[in-house]
Amino acid sequence: MTLTLGHYLTLGAILFALSVTGIFLNRKNLIVLLMAIELMLLAVNINFVAFSRFLGDLNGQIFVFFILTVAAAESAIGLAILVQLFRNKSTINVEDLHSLKG
Amino acid sequence: MDVQTALFYVFSAVLLFAAFRVITARNPVHAALYLVLAFFQASGIWMLLRAEFLSISLVLVYVGAVMVLFLFVVMMLDINLDSIRQGFWRHFPLAATVGAVIALELTAVLLGGFRMTEPAPTQAYVVPVAVTETVTVQPGASGAVAQVTETVTADVGHAVLAETSNSLELGVLLYTDYLYPVQIAAIILLVALIAAIALTLRSRKDSKYQNPGEQVRVRARDRVSLVKMDPVKPAAAAEENQA
Repeated sequence: MTLTLGHYLTLGAILFALSVTGIFLNRKNLIVLLMAIELMLLAVNINFVAFSRFLGDLNGQIFVFFILTVAAAESAIGLAILVQLFRNKSTINVEDLHSLKG
Repeated sequence: MDVQTALFYVFSAVLLFAAFRVITARNPVHAALYLVLAFFQASGIWMLLRAEFLSISLVLVYVGAVMVLFLFVVMMLDINLDSIRQGFWRHFPLAATVGAVIALELTAVLLGGFRMTEPAPTQAYVVPVAVTETVTVQPGASGAVAQVTETVTADVGHAVLAETSNSLELGVLLYTDYLYPVQIAAIILLVALIAAIALTLRSRKDSKYQNPGEQVRVRARDRVSLVKMDPVKPAAAAEENQA
């Protein structure tokens, strides 16, 4: 049994579903929510690399490169906001963040 | 089942286990460490897909930078684990249903729809192959020249390298077709850097500092003020004088 493109895509799909489950489960923990988002980006990246390999098109890998860049920027700013939030409210519980409700 | 397939299954199993532990770990530090494990496994899978450059940069960027940042933040924050875990399994039925539906639907479509097995041939570079032959002629005793060396280079055809390095091809593509996107990505990173510093920077109220402008502008009358007072004889000294 040789590896097909479907194997890699299925792996990405299961990983993505796991991260969606994680977002549902960790409703109170902002840090694990950020980690679940990183896992989602990883699943998408696996799809990109698999398609790039099996179609012989290197542009997919370039796209992964940019996704890595944006993910690094996103997690840096997200963690900075998280630290600032914890300084002001002493909690990272998502349900306590309702001051913008209006 | 060849070695590559076996490796794929091992990497995938560990990757999925690590991802599961990331979302269910009790301690956020453990979740971050399992995320590191997941990134290592994904890097192995990319290596199987012959994306060496991305595989290495995943380890460098994520494990080296992003996950260390995560660990720093997790350890700096004083999180009450019990209140965070309260009601954790309350959403589990809904979450498991949504996750299973997504996974099953995607799997049903993807596993049946993409049966490509043969990876497309990658770009091959053609290099000329030359054979260099050195002929040394030893003339007889009458010859004035002691030794004549003749070099002949013959073109014997072209060899096709099986595959060039992945990073070479990526680099060529990045700095030709994608030059402007690369610069935009650099700007995004710069903005993220400045934003992260600006968000977390706070000036301490008890820090001591000098203001050179004020120091230069200062006058003598601002610093020393003369107060006029009536002369008063101290009471204790007056008593001593009387005695």
